[in-house]
Amino acid sequence: MITSLPTDRRVVVTGIGVVAPNGIGADVWWEATRAGRSAIRPISRFDTAKYPTRLAGEIDGFEPTEYVEQRLIVQTDRWTWLALAAAEMALADAQFDPGEYEDRYRLSVITASSSGGNEFGQKEIQNLWDRGPIFVGAYQSIAWFYAATTGQLSIKYRMKGPCGVIVAEGAGGLEALWQARRTIRRGVDLVVSGGTEAPIGPYALTCQLRNERLSEADEPEDAFRPFDARASGYVPGEGGAILIVEALDHAQERGAPQVYGEIVGYAATNDAGNPMHRSTDGTQLARAMSLALERAGVGPDEVDAIFADAAGVPEADAAEATAIREVFGARAGTVPVTAPKSMVGRLYAGGAPLDVAAALLAMRDGVLPPTVNLDEPAPGCELDFVRGEAREAALDTVLVNARGFGGFNSSLVLRRAAA
Amino acid sequence: MADPRRTAVTGVGVVAPGGTTRDAFWDAITSGRTATRKITFFDPSGFRSQIAAECDFDPLAAGLDDQEARRMDRYVQFAAAAAIEAMADSALPDGVDRERMGVTLGSAVGGTTLLEVDYVAASNRGKEWLVDPEYASPFLFHALVPSTLASEIALKFGAQGPAVVVSTGCTSGIDAIGYGHQLIQDGEADVVIAGAAESGISPISMACFDPIKATSRRNDDAEHASRPFDRDRDGFVMGEGAAVLVLEELESALARGGHVYCEVAGYANRGNAYHMTGLRPDGEEMAEAISDALRQSRLEPEDIHYINAHGSGTKQNDRHETAAYKRSLGDQAYNIPISSIKSMVGHSLGGIGAIEMAACALAIETGVVPPTANWENPDPECDLDYTPNEARRTRVDAALSTGSGFGGFQSAMIFARPPELRREAA
Repeated sequence: MITSLPTDRRVVVTGIGVVAPNGIGADVWWEATRAGRSAIRPISRFDTAKYPTRLAGEIDGFEPTEYVEQRLIVQTDRWTWLALAAAEMALADAQFDPGEYEDRYRLSVITASSSGGNEFGQKEIQNLWDRGPIFVGAYQSIAWFYAATTGQLSIKYRMKGPCGVIVAEGAGGLEALWQARRTIRRGVDLVVSGGTEAPIGPYALTCQLRNERLSEADEPEDAFRPFDARASGYVPGEGGAILIVEALDHAQERGAPQVYGEIVGYAATNDAGNPMHRSTDGTQLARAMSLALERAGVGPDEVDAIFADAAGVPEADAAEATAIREVFGARAGTVPVTAPKSMVGRLYAGGAPLDVAAALLAMRDGVLPPTVNLDEPAPGCELDFVRGEAREAALDTVLVNARGFGGFNSSLVLRRAAA
Repeated sequence: MADPRRTAVTGVGVVAPGGTTRDAFWDAITSGRTATRKITFFDPSGFRSQIAAECDFDPLAAGLDDQEARRMDRYVQFAAAAAIEAMADSALPDGVDRERMGVTLGSAVGGTTLLEVDYVAASNRGKEWLVDPEYASPFLFHALVPSTLASEIALKFGAQGPAVVVSTGCTSGIDAIGYGHQLIQDGEADVVIAGAAESGISPISMACFDPIKATSRRNDDAEHASRPFDRDRDGFVMGEGAAVLVLEELESALARGGHVYCEVAGYANRGNAYHMTGLRPDGEEMAEAISDALRQSRLEPEDIHYINAHGSGTKQNDRHETAAYKRSLGDQAYNIPISSIKSMVGHSLGGIGAIEMAACALAIETGVVPPTANWENPDPECDLDYTPNEARRTRVDAALSTGSGFGGFQSAMIFARPPELRREAA
């Protein structure tokens, strides 16, 4: 029996599942990420001749039938397939079999989404307008809406605890993980959390063009260059990460194979700046970082690395660099900053969970993955970037930033689990 | 741990079919007036269900400026209008700390309306899979990502605290208010603009419920089509609208002399982990959510004076919900007036949960329970007191509202008059 009132239970991550453009499965992806292998290339899923943006981070060789039963494939969008695949891997990694669990109300699913089942939706709107209402399929009502992934995961694993669906564009993935923590502190034992995104369809790309941030570069190495002097915007990527977020006491009692790290602090702010959300000065991002550290009980001098939001848009990069300087003061030049998303593009709701996965594995292995395409930091972005190649570093405390169109700023603090 | 911080409701704003302000809404539903009608927004011939509860809404008259009216999709306009009303109602002091002000809003289908309109142009009525991006309007990205709902409201009121959209389908409204409540409980915000909005009366949204026969086909009798708990109910009637509440940490609300409608005494949600659209008849998971909310509130079933039901008017929902009430409240379920305002304002998907919480706040405030309209013939499987057709005057110290939706989500929330204000109201 759960009474959903807050306690001070500690919350950790015990499983990681990844479906990313540069690797399916956490091990394959992590190896590629450490090696700085970029997966940004010309879009292959449709003809992009009419589009000014023609590059993206597509997942190579993702075969839904390997992860999703046929019956479910026809009922769900690609974005849900990616989450079903990542969730299966994450549960296996955590060695948690939900099928054997007694109290179903202590298991929850909380995911982030940004564009939902947009490709499925495009097909059905096309059916409606080209052929008529009776040609709209029976699964449109459950495939398109943003809650489809959480709903399907909760049904698949029979998780009956408080479920959630978070939308805060690129910041939503961090918010989902913190909501998982809020939920565990209210009596749940384990949450399947994180997020995925599948934004590479003709109509979804059309919509994205209107945010004035996409790069129109022709060459992959020019398309997403966060903090670089030649930054020209970003390109979208697909995929993300699903993490197993668990009460520390529960993980210990069941003998979880590993504790990657503890979720110790978080804060979200909003710029409330302007309608097109053109970059502000980074004040509210700095406040999110400071508040997250304060809630974690961690001083800026204890932070060993920062995984940046890394917008790839010059003004937004400058705002993040300014925010880091504001929070870290004199130390700003010596705290390593990295953005492995430079290899895969911006994954919207999937991006931040993937960064958290990278931060956790970086702490485990004592190595920071590089930022690619960062040859010459832009004026105002002079920080200690990990660029070119991975860097060895002892990491106990890591800060992860994520922002979303709409002035959303989130910052999450992770602590390495004691050995 | 010490008792967590409490959440007061200090402002209420509503845009609903039949009443696009708080007072007009309350007057309409306590008079039992239905707002369901033949769809006027587009030609519904060819659709199985051709009826809806539409809002007669003018964004400029509701206080939006011309740029907002141009930029915001209809569901965002609803939320902005409801938020203007709620914020004015709360009379927050000018110096309120905007960095401690959050925004938590719900929507199930977000910017569908604009997404569809632009798609029709860019694809030449669905003829071209590779759409022409030239025909996309400047605010199409705002429509793609429903987080726009939260960012627009944060922008409008300068709220620099946490902002988030909660999109759990048809329980989004309760869940978004619950989210705001938890932010206040946990000290992450002191004031939260919380609620939900939806504008799903568009061809694609109507079309997606046709094949699964979820919506009513009583097309020749639109006024009486939404018939929750009635034997002859045949599905829900689509609605649209928004409600926004101002949530405020209770002690500070009382200290500043703010008007407190009620407090969020309990909130819980559960998944049935059973089926995306199907409900098992026993109502177990909704009953779990209700029991959790009751325990948080430290109230007994006898203390609940009104239940605002999800009452969508589908065969399975009303049976499921009736079972859940009996399971969680025991025999007391028979003694509590229950009603479904969806009989009058339709089912606005993610928006309705917030509109229903607004109704609960107003029931506590005014001592009136709105009725279930169109209730004529008893259903042996739905044998509780559904407050048929006429509002009832009765003291309401605590009201329970429930929501149920696709994905299997079941939510429950209790609004109650804070004990420290009960004597004063007596």
